[in-house]
Amino acid sequence: MDRYRVQRFGFALLGLVTVIVVAPILLVIGAIAIRGFEAIDWGFLTSMPRDGMRAGGIFPAIVGTLWLTLGTALAAIPIGVGGAIYLSEYARDTLLTRAIRLAIINLAGVPSVVYGLFGLGLFVLFLQFGTSIAAGSLTLAIMTLPIIISTAEEALRAVPNEFRTVSASLGGTRWQGIRRIVLPQAMPGIITGVILGLLRAAGETAPILFTVAAFFLPRLPQSPFDQTMALPYHLYVISTQVPGMPEENQYGTALVLLALVLSLNLVATIIRSYYRRRREW
Amino acid sequence: MTDDDVLTDGQARWGESLIEAIIRVLGFSAIGFVTLIFVFLLREGIPAFFKVRLANLLGARWYPTFGLFGTLPLILGSLLITVTAIAIALPLGVATAVFVREVAPDWAREILKPMIEVLAGIPSVVLGFFGMTIVAPLIRESLGTPTGLTAFTGAILLAYMSLPTIISVAEDALDAVPKSYRDGARAMGATEWQTIWRVVVPAARSGVVTAVMLGLGRAIGETMAVMLVTGNAARMPLTMDSLFRPARTMTATVAAEMGEVAQGSVHYHVLFGIGLILFMLTFVVNLTAAVAIFQKQRRGGLR
Repeated sequence: MDRYRVQRFGFALLGLVTVIVVAPILLVIGAIAIRGFEAIDWGFLTSMPRDGMRAGGIFPAIVGTLWLTLGTALAAIPIGVGGAIYLSEYARDTLLTRAIRLAIINLAGVPSVVYGLFGLGLFVLFLQFGTSIAAGSLTLAIMTLPIIISTAEEALRAVPNEFRTVSASLGGTRWQGIRRIVLPQAMPGIITGVILGLLRAAGETAPILFTVAAFFLPRLPQSPFDQTMALPYHLYVISTQVPGMPEENQYGTALVLLALVLSLNLVATIIRSYYRRRREW
Repeated sequence: MTDDDVLTDGQARWGESLIEAIIRVLGFSAIGFVTLIFVFLLREGIPAFFKVRLANLLGARWYPTFGLFGTLPLILGSLLITVTAIAIALPLGVATAVFVREVAPDWAREILKPMIEVLAGIPSVVLGFFGMTIVAPLIRESLGTPTGLTAFTGAILLAYMSLPTIISVAEDALDAVPKSYRDGARAMGATEWQTIWRVVVPAARSGVVTAVMLGLGRAIGETMAVMLVTGNAARMPLTMDSLFRPARTMTATVAAEMGEVAQGSVHYHVLFGIGLILFMLTFVVNLTAAVAIFQKQRRGGLR
């Protein structure tokens, strides 16, 4: 019948579009993995850059990104999880709660370069942290907050109300119920959200452009108020600002950054699917 | 029982109300941060409007070294690239969402969904680098333009960067269409394709508004990828071929120039002024999306 031919054609068209959407993703990862792999050896990962970054390794950029991510985690996890606990366990549906949700949506939509401006204005200049790991971490933490709050809230809300009721009926206070029952049950979901937030922070360039970035600094940072190199900024610098940069170094740096972010992504996915399967409610 | 369970009533109450007070404060942190961002952008950005005449700010020429701060080419550049990106991403995103939700067998869905999530996770500077080294030369050769670093190259990259958002919102909208709609159409002898095309997609239509808005918000604010592939020439995109020539966005301007200006200079304040405009633009766009989401929740289901 004719309309079944239309259906076959339609489905094929949709499938084709999906391939057009998905194939470039494989192409990006494949191209960077293949070309980057040639550049990467132990020396590239563990030595200082030399010769105006045209030779040597990217060790300080890797260390810098790890410090920045750690700093982001220290600031963003308590604020984010606390905010999520408030929204899921305490807040009623008032105008104020709606204002909070609106603020979260807007915080998630603020352009990354505007976070950079904000970090420059508040942390670098007003609070006089200077361009430093501290200023960058705090800027990244605020950017990460909406991701952590919304995923953690979702995880907390997914815990059935019976858990809270039973805890209360045994004489537990609200906080005891949250800390001993609800929070542990929601923990896998919260951890997933935290990892998703941190991997976004680890890959961002624009917020650290004016708050952390050291163009070329062949030593490791000594304190939170030191400048540091970082992987995403380093990739930007060596692909636009350094003439005569060997292409393999660029691809090598891109691959290290991509591998870091994608492996965190994989960890988050595994945690989520493992606990979803194991969960008893 | 551990020791901290054995508390006198008074101790427990005191400790808990402290914790609950802290949690309450953290709950409002999001409002605090949005306000703080706005205040600091105002503080550093407002002087620009006093130090530079409005006719200059709204002019067509951006040459900061000569005191010319015309933001019009930057605003139009952002607009051109963003609108083109959404025009590319919307049909691709909706079709992919329909395929993933309605057509694809389970095993294909298991592969496709994580792949789209991976796309959302790729850092923008990595995509920009890929765009610069691989997409741009391709564009140059296939279109015969003098350079591959064009507004169009930026739009393609932006389209792919907003696809994960558009696909996930569109999927939610399709998901919210009641099963009875599908059953009704099928019972009347419609094929699966007719059901999808004439019943399910139209019923999910208003979710598209949310998808466009969130995609737009993401695209206007994108910085690094756009900066690496658009060539960054601050020219007015007025001719038909502007799409295939270099362009420059507001975000790229701030990112490229803020590192080199003296703090407190006119140029510095103007860049913060651009940041302020960006902040307000994305605020309005996201507010529209949020209102749409809230209304749908009240009507029951995201539809």
